[in-house]
Amino acid sequence: MSVAARRHPALTIGKYAALAFYLAFALFPLYWLLKIAITPDALIYSEGTRLFPSAVSFDNFRTVVFQTDFLAYFGNSLTVSLATAAITTLIAAAAGYAFSRFDFMGKRIIIALMLITQMFPLLMIIAPIYRIVGQLGLLNSLTSLIIVYTAFNIPFATFLMQSFFDGIPKDLEEAAMMDGCSRFQALRKVVFPLTLPGLGATLGFVFTAAWSELLFALMLISKNDAMTFPVGLLTFVSKFSVDWGQMMAAGVLALIPSCLFFIFIQRYLVQGLTSGAVKG
Amino acid sequence: MARIELRDVVKRYGAVEVLRDINLDITDGEFIVLVGPSGCGKSTLLRMIAGLEPITAGDFLIDGARMNDLRPRDRDIAMVFQSYALYPHMDVARNMGFSMEIRKDPTEERKNKVAQAAATLGLSALTDRLPKALSGGQRQRVAMGRAIIRDPRAFLFDEPLSNLDAALRVEMRLEIARLHQKLGATMIYVTHDQVEALTLADRIVVLNGGDIQQVGGPLDLYERPANKFVAQFIGSPTMNVVPVSGTEAGVTIANGKTIALPHLPDTQQAVEMGIRPEHLDVVDPGAGDLNAVADVVEHLGSDTNIYVKVDGVGPLMVRKHGNIPAKSGDRLGLRVRSEKVHIFAPDGTALRRAA
Repeated sequence: MSVAARRHPALTIGKYAALAFYLAFALFPLYWLLKIAITPDALIYSEGTRLFPSAVSFDNFRTVVFQTDFLAYFGNSLTVSLATAAITTLIAAAAGYAFSRFDFMGKRIIIALMLITQMFPLLMIIAPIYRIVGQLGLLNSLTSLIIVYTAFNIPFATFLMQSFFDGIPKDLEEAAMMDGCSRFQALRKVVFPLTLPGLGATLGFVFTAAWSELLFALMLISKNDAMTFPVGLLTFVSKFSVDWGQMMAAGVLALIPSCLFFIFIQRYLVQGLTSGAVKG
Repeated sequence: MARIELRDVVKRYGAVEVLRDINLDITDGEFIVLVGPSGCGKSTLLRMIAGLEPITAGDFLIDGARMNDLRPRDRDIAMVFQSYALYPHMDVARNMGFSMEIRKDPTEERKNKVAQAAATLGLSALTDRLPKALSGGQRQRVAMGRAIIRDPRAFLFDEPLSNLDAALRVEMRLEIARLHQKLGATMIYVTHDQVEALTLADRIVVLNGGDIQQVGGPLDLYERPANKFVAQFIGSPTMNVVPVSGTEAGVTIANGKTIALPHLPDTQQAVEMGIRPEHLDVVDPGAGDLNAVADVVEHLGSDTNIYVKVDGVGPLMVRKHGNIPAKSGDRLGLRVRSEKVHIFAPDGTALRRAA
């Protein structure tokens, strides 16, 4: 008999009530996003805070997709986020492996420096970054965003990857080397397959961070054709009005890649976040 | 198969010397056990032989060829790890055949060898399982299978049984002994368990604090330990050691009793006497060399362990074969079998018996 079955029924109900409350609390903003997106423009203000709109319309989505630059923003965001996630994960995996397996001069200093970069607010370095990027002639280019996002995500991603590598016993690599592998072969045949959850988690983390970043995108990009999606969202705010319906519709669409991405890596992510919890 | 030689091998981590001037000749087909307390350097020595740890100074030779700077893969040595180190994402067959996969041996040959090794180790029914679906003993077998398949020049074992429960440990110990008989390969085995050492080894190397204390056959170490450390490390239960003062004819125990030791010269230097628990005889009170009170009595069925407090000397342990009807609080006499006594000089070395 399982522990749960022996519990008092009231406790079980309480547990599910708490979960339901949390779920509602966490998902309500998303629900509201969707609700406004499908409410016809005419009803947005007149129906106020009604939970369900009296009429449903997909006009907002149609307008956003066909009559605004949303698809271009979307494509830009996808490029930037995928490139950032791929480059960051590659570099972080290499650095994390080195931190986990090798002892080298200056290791502690590099780790300390990487930690320090995570300690102060990004606002402080906006001006210098802007100047650097400007002098490199990279303003209004997606490349500048990829470089900046990669630089900012590498420290955390490296620590994440390092902890995944730490979770893979050194014995396995040594056994592979005794079995005739070079270090690189051991890495490729034994360590890499075991690190897939870690790579998935890191990819997902960096992708989401880059996907939703606003501050640097806003500062480094002013031309419409290089705007990423968070900046593009702001174009729905005009001087005299906010196009709530279209903005929310764009928001809903922007959630899709993140959702897809997480569905795709979910399997690895769950494994990844729990691996190391038990010795196996 | 291989002859392995270590010449003045030293291991240092920075300023810390972990192993000092290790000299060891291992003949072809010999089963050598490195034994010692934790931190004595035995695993480090094994890893140096494997090539997983650089050798600071000295030479390591296999069949006369210097191996110091060769990578592990070029040494042709197989190793069984304490943690088994099975590849979690590969099934049993692939785990066992991994070395052949890396060497790019023909698939057919690999399959045959894996099947053969699996049959030898009783793993035939499990070859398509992942390591996580195996019990500890089965994992251990797969790890051994992985080593056997390679047909290496030498096998290294790093405490391979310490993660198993007691019953399984005995079983696997037998299996390793059989494996050695069957393959006749050179094997080096690290353990902190002296029972494993005594049962498996052709020769035992006792290490302590980075030095070799003694090298010898199991009975050599039991009967003629070179010093107090070996005397107390080898043999279970541990040898009793009591302070004595040396005289011309023998040694005098703190209770005033002198034990004549005609087979030992130079007993004047003696400061301590060692006597194994099984070499003390229980006699009537007052009749033996020592008078004692039984403190705790353990009946093991085959043996009886009696922890005694000896008047004027202190606590000792006595082990007798069979069931002795003693109980806590009983007064006993103990007779020391003088021919089994070990005498130690102030520096801990044992006095040599006269030939």
